Amino acid sequence: MSAPTTKTDSAAGAASSPGGPDGLLGTLARGMRANMRQYGMLLALALIVVLFQIWTDGILLKPQNVTNLVQQNSYILILAIGMMIVIIAGHIDLSVGSLAAFIGAAAGVMMIKHDMPWALALALCLLIGAAAGAWQGFWIAYIGIPSFIVTLAGMLLFRGATQILLEGQTLRPFPDGFQSVGNGFIPEMGPYTDYHNPTLVIALAVILFVLWREWRDRKRQEEYELDVIPMGLFVAKCTALVAAIVAFALTLASYHGAPIVLLVLCGLLIALGFVMRNAVIGRHVYALGGNRPAAKLSGVKDKRVTFLVFVNMGVLAALAGVVYAARLTAATPNAGINFELEAIAAAFIGGASASGGVGTVLGAIIGGLVLGVLNNGMSLVGIGTDYQQVIKGLVLLAAVGFDVWNKRRVGS
Amino acid sequence: MSSGTAPVLEMRSITKTFPGVKALSEVELTVREGEIHAICGENGAGKSTLMKVLSGVHPHGSYQGDIVFRGEPCAFKDIRASERRGIVIIHQELALVPYLSLAENIFLGNEHATRGVIHWNDTLGHAGKLLRRVGLTDPPLTRVADIGVGKQQLVEIAKALSKEVKLLILDEPTAALNDEDSAKLLDLLLEFRAQGISCILISHKLGEIRKVADSVTILRDGRTIETLTVRETPDAEPVVSEDRIIRGMVGRDLDHRFPERTPYEGDDAGETAFAVSGWTVHHPIDQQRKVVDNVSVEVRRGEIVGIAGLMGAGRTELAMSVFGRSYGRYAAGSVYVDGREVSTRTVPAAVRHGIAYVTEDRKTYGLNLGDHVSRNISLAALDKVAHRGVVSEHEETRVAERFRKSMNIKAPTVFEPVGRLSGGNQQKVVLSKWIFAGPEVLILDEPTRGIDVGAKYEIYTVINDLAAQGKAVVFISSELPELLGMCDRIYTMAAGRLTGEVARADATQEVLMRHMTMDRSLTATTPGRTDGPADQERGLTG
Repeated sequence: MSAPTTKTDSAAGAASSPGGPDGLLGTLARGMRANMRQYGMLLALALIVVLFQIWTDGILLKPQNVTNLVQQNSYILILAIGMMIVIIAGHIDLSVGSLAAFIGAAAGVMMIKHDMPWALALALCLLIGAAAGAWQGFWIAYIGIPSFIVTLAGMLLFRGATQILLEGQTLRPFPDGFQSVGNGFIPEMGPYTDYHNPTLVIALAVILFVLWREWRDRKRQEEYELDVIPMGLFVAKCTALVAAIVAFALTLASYHGAPIVLLVLCGLLIALGFVMRNAVIGRHVYALGGNRPAAKLSGVKDKRVTFLVFVNMGVLAALAGVVYAARLTAATPNAGINFELEAIAAAFIGGASASGGVGTVLGAIIGGLVLGVLNNGMSLVGIGTDYQQVIKGLVLLAAVGFDVWNKRRVGS
Repeated sequence: MSSGTAPVLEMRSITKTFPGVKALSEVELTVREGEIHAICGENGAGKSTLMKVLSGVHPHGSYQGDIVFRGEPCAFKDIRASERRGIVIIHQELALVPYLSLAENIFLGNEHATRGVIHWNDTLGHAGKLLRRVGLTDPPLTRVADIGVGKQQLVEIAKALSKEVKLLILDEPTAALNDEDSAKLLDLLLEFRAQGISCILISHKLGEIRKVADSVTILRDGRTIETLTVRETPDAEPVVSEDRIIRGMVGRDLDHRFPERTPYEGDDAGETAFAVSGWTVHHPIDQQRKVVDNVSVEVRRGEIVGIAGLMGAGRTELAMSVFGRSYGRYAAGSVYVDGREVSTRTVPAAVRHGIAYVTEDRKTYGLNLGDHVSRNISLAALDKVAHRGVVSEHEETRVAERFRKSMNIKAPTVFEPVGRLSGGNQQKVVLSKWIFAGPEVLILDEPTRGIDVGAKYEIYTVINDLAAQGKAVVFISSELPELLGMCDRIYTMAAGRLTGEVARADATQEVLMRHMTMDRSLTATTPGRTDGPADQERGLTG
């Protein structure tokens, strides 16, 4: 249990104890101000982890619980990524919970009732999700009905369709191959060690990727004569990052290894993170959310971009529905209730702005983890779901309230 | 009219400063009891600011000077305070709630109620009387959204009457009205004068002023230039000519410095690069109204062509509707680039045909204020810094850096949020964005609005450079000296129509202003003044 504790210690330490002269503190403060909400939430996440690690006598970061945490929250995190993009574009989607349930039901009908091969059924599920997203995107983008209304209708519509499809029954069990989407792990390979080999290899790849990116960003900043953090601090930051990844990987590797959904999540994070940051269409999403009239007058195809944002959300909701059904090994009419609210909360805790144009995919993950750790930790120490909801509500309010206050204080 | 010479309102030595700008400088205004007093001046002369000071929108203490109304000094802290004394202002943009009834709107904020419960009978009865007084016969329960703009203007006036108005202020009341409604409204003002209500009328239409006003005060650059008597008695013929008023409005000297022009000397110099023909656009909501009416303009390569016009002339509406039909409802007209007819149905299509539009309202329509300088510059032409849909941040930063240097944008880095820059630097960012898009035709809408003299000069230089490279430039501006200093030719617009085309050699401020104040409402048929319902109702109120 020593490895996980070091992780949180070093992460918190790097962010909160500069311990150097004022200049260093000043540089750090300047760097943080730009991304106050995200850094703040990262810090809050670390604090919550430490708090519950102590409160649960170390159960929180036990390998089995960490694995559990990842699998339990994966579908909310998937939804949160899509929701973040929807909110950046200046919209909202209330239908994702119902849509996830509908897709789960469709998966059940295809695989359990009709014995369809699971890979084919999975592909069809994602296609249905895209079609559902396109349906909502059409009304929002091309007809001009507010997204709140269209997706509220979708919330009712897909919930009803789920119940029609399942005739009120629960379908189970799913074929084994499909279950592994929600519960499975990467298969073990190579010689026997105390740890799960492929997980360690993946961790090494991630470390190299992260270091390369940090280094490249630093070089670029130097090239454009921006403020760069001092070399010492840069090394400390990289060390902390590597330590966090190593600790996380070792924790997972000492149990069953990396869950398959974790790889899916990482893939989404990297791919959609790249799209939002570097692709033309991602830039157009930010521009539309930031100032719609100005973006339109700059030639941004607002209707098409909005449409695609909802198609993307539909696919992600389908993926979340599939993962949830696989994890439950059943398709039930009541799946996905309140998922949309958790995803929206995750996006706002992770730095989205209610007026649009602001937020990152990584932020959605951080926000989702804050909620996930709170859920898991509170359950472990025996706080009832009634109080859990009260606390989560207050956390959401506090996170956004702090951001509003901070913006006013800085005067931007 | 027995006390016709006694002043009802005196504003003495009013000075109002906004951060960095002196909007009013020792302005004097005296309105006599029971007269219609017109105020005129160019856009930005300080008319609206003066009225905001008078009505308490700018509260006492935020300006210097004294206001005396009906013999008592005034210190209004908000608009309700001035309304309690009987000063009511009707803004150009109507302040009615569209889905409430006429009666509810008339008494909004001033309801006939006891302990929060509305007396509907009183409300409807009283509203009906007021509506008849302004010549409206619609039932008081009609929704505002169901009547035309002309009638809405009358509802605003009924609302003013409900507050026992002593001094009625109208800001461009006929700008949004058709000829018939305008004539009705002016007749109503004459009616009120006969009842002893004083009135301040802000208007660009000089014909209108000559028709109804008793005197006119001219403002220019935040100062009172003069007050002229329009007519000696209410029924007398006007004694002031339109030219006389224009002379007061424009007198600004041409001591602005403009950079040297290098003429364009390409082979295709002098060829028509951009032309709009028969362009007609309807108002987005009021479909009866033509905001742009059969306008045709053309611009040659390397030429800078100005469009002059006062508020509501339709200049921005023309530009925005040509640029991707971004305003109103297209009715007729075609656009030509290099002699070929092109479709500018969408913004991307317009951009593809080499047209760029730099908006007059950079904060609303030009910039994403929270985003970086670099991303704002690249937005209109992201494909130029992207390969297969992936933006190269490296390229983008280099481009932004190039514009930061060449346009002298004062920002610490190109990663600074645009919202933190000054107005002039924001304008340079918008210009950079469109220059980077590489257009052949640039429509610049008020490119120097709200920026300081130094930045103006830099922007003039950029515009001259563009012309020297053979671009066709359309320059929309409210500042006549600027147009005279920069343009080869100047079109003038009024009330959505083209009213003149003046070559640089023949252009003076007086000539332009005469074209800009052409008034079509006076040529229209005016309903008889004695058969209005107001006559029958006079007994109720008098």
